[in-house]
Amino acid sequence: MVSGYAAGAAAALVFGTGALARWASALGAIVGAAAGVALAAGAWVWGAAFVLEAPGLLGPAGGMAFSLDGLGAVFLGLTSLIAAPSALYGAGYSRTWDGRPALRQVGFMLNVFLLTMSLVPLADGALTFLLFWEGMSLSSYFLVLTEADGPDVVEAGQWYLAMTQIGLACLLGAFLLIQSGGPGSFASLRAAAAELPAGTRDAVFALALVGFGGKAGLIPLHVWLPRAHPAAPSHVSALMSGAMIKMGVYGLLRVGLDVLGGGPAWWGALVIGLGALSAVLGILYALTEDDIKRLLAYSSVENIGVIMLGVGAAFLFKSLGMPQAGALALAAALFHAVNHAAFKGLLFLGAGAVLHATGTRDMNHLGGLIRGMPWTAALFLVGSVAIAGLPPLNGFVSEWLLFQSLLPGIGVPSPLVAVLMVLALGMLALTAGLAAACFVKAFGITFLAIPRSPEALAAHEAAWSMRVGMVALAGACLALSVGASVILPLLSAVAVPLVGPAAPAPVFNVGVTLRTPEGFARMSPLLVAAGLGLVVLATWLAVRLFGSRRPLRVGETWGCGRVVQTPRMEYTSTAFAEPLRRIFAAFYRPSEDVSIDFHPESRYFVQSISYRSAIEPWFERYLYAPVIARVRLWSERVLALQSGSVHAYLTYLVAVLVLLLGWLAVTGRR
Amino acid sequence: MSVWLLAPLQASVALLLAPGLIGAIRWMKARLQNRRGSPVWQPYLELRKLFAKEVVVSSNASWLFHAAPFIVFGSTVTVTLLVPLLAVPLPFAGAGDLLVVVYLLLLGTFFLALAGLDPGSPFGGMGASREMTVAALAEPTMALAIFALAWGAGSTDLGQIASRILTIPSEALAPGHVLAFAAIFLVTLAETGRLPVDNPGTHLELTMIHEAMVLEYSGRYLALIEWAASLKLLVFFTLLANLFVPWGVAAALTPGALLWSVLTLALKLLALGGAVAVVETHIAKLRLFRVPELLSASFILALLAVTASFLLR
Repeated sequence: MVSGYAAGAAAALVFGTGALARWASALGAIVGAAAGVALAAGAWVWGAAFVLEAPGLLGPAGGMAFSLDGLGAVFLGLTSLIAAPSALYGAGYSRTWDGRPALRQVGFMLNVFLLTMSLVPLADGALTFLLFWEGMSLSSYFLVLTEADGPDVVEAGQWYLAMTQIGLACLLGAFLLIQSGGPGSFASLRAAAAELPAGTRDAVFALALVGFGGKAGLIPLHVWLPRAHPAAPSHVSALMSGAMIKMGVYGLLRVGLDVLGGGPAWWGALVIGLGALSAVLGILYALTEDDIKRLLAYSSVENIGVIMLGVGAAFLFKSLGMPQAGALALAAALFHAVNHAAFKGLLFLGAGAVLHATGTRDMNHLGGLIRGMPWTAALFLVGSVAIAGLPPLNGFVSEWLLFQSLLPGIGVPSPLVAVLMVLALGMLALTAGLAAACFVKAFGITFLAIPRSPEALAAHEAAWSMRVGMVALAGACLALSVGASVILPLLSAVAVPLVGPAAPAPVFNVGVTLRTPEGFARMSPLLVAAGLGLVVLATWLAVRLFGSRRPLRVGETWGCGRVVQTPRMEYTSTAFAEPLRRIFAAFYRPSEDVSIDFHPESRYFVQSISYRSAIEPWFERYLYAPVIARVRLWSERVLALQSGSVHAYLTYLVAVLVLLLGWLAVTGRR
Repeated sequence: MSVWLLAPLQASVALLLAPGLIGAIRWMKARLQNRRGSPVWQPYLELRKLFAKEVVVSSNASWLFHAAPFIVFGSTVTVTLLVPLLAVPLPFAGAGDLLVVVYLLLLGTFFLALAGLDPGSPFGGMGASREMTVAALAEPTMALAIFALAWGAGSTDLGQIASRILTIPSEALAPGHVLAFAAIFLVTLAETGRLPVDNPGTHLELTMIHEAMVLEYSGRYLALIEWAASLKLLVFFTLLANLFVPWGVAAALTPGALLWSVLTLALKLLALGGAVAVVETHIAKLRLFRVPELLSASFILALLAVTASFLLR
């Protein structure tokens, strides 16, 4: 795996900036991803923890160590699952940068990014983990900056870098709180964490939640996501959204459930609350977006929220001594994480194909692409059905499981927990409904009806490598659904040791029917898909055989008697979301600005109308703006120290030295 | 009789009864409004007419417009294989529970909304946008009502929910049960485009939802969509009838029991249809932006239902 990615990275540097470089670096990445899949599959099939100690690497700091357990294998597997299609897609997509240094940068950084990201779940120990974590963050930062001359790209990069470094600081703090010295392997951290006082454990958890939640894009730490994802090249967005933010989930599980071994009930309740908030607000923001990649980025916030609902439920059930319910919730969350990687990767690749073909991400300038880009349209439709949580695709299966796993929570004797679970259920259902509306809009406005701009009319189909990448992910969406009864036992085997001592594994009938523990519910994605397909086919045949044989007539769309139909008469993305925007006005606080230019002679002749509308960016305005202003203020005050005089700087050095020596003398350390 | 014949039998009974249900509601509504009304079998004649007619398709429409009627119809028919229409131990019970039913119906709505956008007509866009809004807001109520039922029965399995009431009849009047019934009744009105939310009787109002969305359809495509819409109403009524008042549902698969269950089902559907006719005669259509208030009321009912089942277990 390492050699594949390394070869890909080297190839990007060596082969110049032409087609050869594109293909060589993609090939390296695909080889690396294939090795990653093999490694993850090996860990699952043989259950053998793969261990590699490399004390020589960074010896002074304690050396590096790698191992792969079930949990790591899930995340390595999902990363590798979308790495290969994305890299293949990237080989076609990167043609834009042929002959420019940007191509070299993308090819190199993409491989570095994939390599470091694949090593995060392999890392065994705080130092190794943080090192690759930071490598992943920095390489993706450079990937975001690929088109640094574009509008808002540098700003997006700054937000991303700031959020990710704050997160890193928190993680560093969390690991130091657990163990300030020693080898730092997860086993030793686990032992050290067991002896921590409750207050310190709470602090570690809080720091880990901020650090990992920021990477995952949990509200209110999501602000970088809708900025960085649209700015990055589309196959990088697919990887960031499909795989990288999941590393936040991995980290939270690793530190919260594995190292700390769970905690009091309020940890789980907090994660559930943040998850529900992220899910509902994420999809509400996505609904009002006109920029298709920002819409997808907000939808990632939503899906992370859904995953975190399951993670939080696992924490909560563990603390309540319900390991079986916890294992089910965790398996559902892991399954949703894998599924989200498949369909969100697919959707970002599809959005990238649209951007490539039309040069715009604004849905109000798109439309009618289903004719120019039939492949992309059909594949984007598959992704939309999957992400909207509709049968027969994979999004439905994991949401169904999540519903079922929240159910036992109502049975908890504590009314507080029961109420929390009921509200979480309601939020999950609202999220699912709004997601369906959101993706009717995303697909319908972008691909259907009359093109709204000349660019959309002239759109061309994506290159074959891009299409193959998307077909692979669409196939994964279907396979993950009909093969759910094969995958879920693997995931529950991963979940069981994490949620409790000797939890009985939730029984998933390995066959066609999924069965939740204690026979609470049964469902068969395979039978539903097959039944649906058969009935639709039978209907088509019946209509074909018995229906009227009169041919279709093509006519004009009805426009109340108006004969010529123009794209200006169509519903736009903004218009589609208007009812929901009005219903949730208390949250959006929309501001509208209509200015009408009248004819100078008479007010009855309107020359032009301009309409602008915006929604209130709550988190930016009330949470981040004050903090940023404060930081600026303090930076300016500190500026006074920077006099430019060497004498002054020498004085500072001496002063600090004296202070340190004095401190040592007082505390008596040597 | 073989168990496996039950599934196609259920689907055919549902397909046959559905247009009649619409006809009966229209007839009862006409009577309540002192009109003579068209005969109950009018919808069958309409379907026959539509299947025979030529299809006119917009020049802007893509393949999705042609595929959507089949997906909408197919997903609704698939649902009839899962819902306990006639008998309780269904052959496909393990294939899907109540959640599968709800989401299969949402799949139909999803494609119908896309087909509404496809011809590029402003009506279609308006209808699609509103339909999805209503569907999204109805979702939480449905989920909570499902869980109020599931909590009592210990499963989201449709057959198990119905069997439980059959074995413990007093549970049918438990507060959680009654509240969940009320919540699902309101959702039924919203999801099937009935009066306080949408007006099924007109193509003229600008406030229409469902009819605006399917405005561009004609001929056999329209026939499939209309049939699917009546089938959806029948499915919701069956959920109300057979999950809350399951008496009459066959427990043994003898021809006599099945005949009896068809008869009781028809009677229960008529009663619910009568209720809808009365509601539609008494209530005017709500403004679109008042609909969320109705749906939040139904959400509160569902929340109370869950709370009641939690407190009174």
